[in-house]
Amino acid sequence: MADVIDSLADIAPGSALDTIRTRRPQARLHAQATYDSLFKPASEADASKRERFAIALFVARLHGKQEITAHYGKLLEADPELQEAVRMAAAAAGSQGPWGRYPVGPLSAEDKPGAADRIALPVRDQLGERIAAALEHAHMLVYHPRDAAPAHLQALLDAGWSTTGIVAISQLVAFLSYQIRVMTGLRVLQARPR
Amino acid sequence: MSEKVLTPPEHVEPLVFTRDQLDWLPWLEPMAEQDLTARHMAALVDAARAKSPYFRLLVRDPEVLEARTRTDKDIFYNSDAGLPRAERELAAAATSRFNGCIYCASVHARFAATYSKRVDDVDRLLAKGVEADLDARWNAIVAASVALTATPVTFGPEHVDRLRAVGLDDAAIVDVINAASFFNWANRLMLSLGEPSATGAAANR
Repeated sequence: MADVIDSLADIAPGSALDTIRTRRPQARLHAQATYDSLFKPASEADASKRERFAIALFVARLHGKQEITAHYGKLLEADPELQEAVRMAAAAAGSQGPWGRYPVGPLSAEDKPGAADRIALPVRDQLGERIAAALEHAHMLVYHPRDAAPAHLQALLDAGWSTTGIVAISQLVAFLSYQIRVMTGLRVLQARPR
Repeated sequence: MSEKVLTPPEHVEPLVFTRDQLDWLPWLEPMAEQDLTARHMAALVDAARAKSPYFRLLVRDPEVLEARTRTDKDIFYNSDAGLPRAERELAAAATSRFNGCIYCASVHARFAATYSKRVDDVDRLLAKGVEADLDARWNAIVAASVALTATPVTFGPEHVDRLRAVGLDDAAIVDVINAASFFNWANRLMLSLGEPSATGAAANR
């Protein structure tokens, strides 16, 4: 299968950026391996593909990049109702990060407080409680990760996520935060020849 | 029973960005060392990481942890062309400072200071934040890292021009993109699965 970052960044074989990327071969190979492990997981016991695709599409939408949203939308093609519920949830949740609070002390002067995402009915019912809780967590990770607290993990456990499932979906959101930035950065660089 | 949130033991919470060595305390149960199989050990890549609660928590998804670790090492340690190590670490520290990851910033500020020998500039970044005036080259790397870290991403042609103007070639710019992007991965895990703790000497100051 084609390298997803190269494909989303429009990096053609033999191009200048392709040549530069060959000098970080492990990073290229293992970013792709991460993608494969997240979206073609060895086990779906703790996080199903359907759940993974829904979270990925939500995160892609929050980043506002058309190519990425189209890519992850395609993974959820077989489930147009869920696709639409994710679209509604993301449309109601747009923000600009990073914000959040620091531990009380000298850094409090840099606090940028904001409200956590709460997905309302009827979209919440369309998503189901597990996915709704995961998207609310993803919203925090995407926009205001320094607000993270044990209560966020408790909310996921309460919605039925296992510890191993929470690790998997945390990696998924964090990896997408990486992939979207690499893809965006490479596109900008490629469009700006010397 | 691992399906519960952990309450960390009593500890001193770091209240400022620092180059001091910090600990990290998990909010979810890491795997027990005696339960690690050969697959888990392979995923940890460095056997010493079996001692780290952070890596023993992430190893619950061994395939992803192993790929994450190999991506990380190539971005930061591969010395074939591109950006000097010190400035890859600067991008990691600036990203962590902007996202607000006190733990990640401490580790990569230490590396940036060690490799660059510019301790005062690194400390200024930690104390004043990403607007700190370092020098033209470091300011350009910090600004690019910040633009890559914003959500939605604000990195644009003006950042490329500024990096080129201070002497970065395209391989070095790709390293800035990789390093800042990678810390958007790392910061989110460190911030959301546990918390930092000031250790011994640092806690007594």
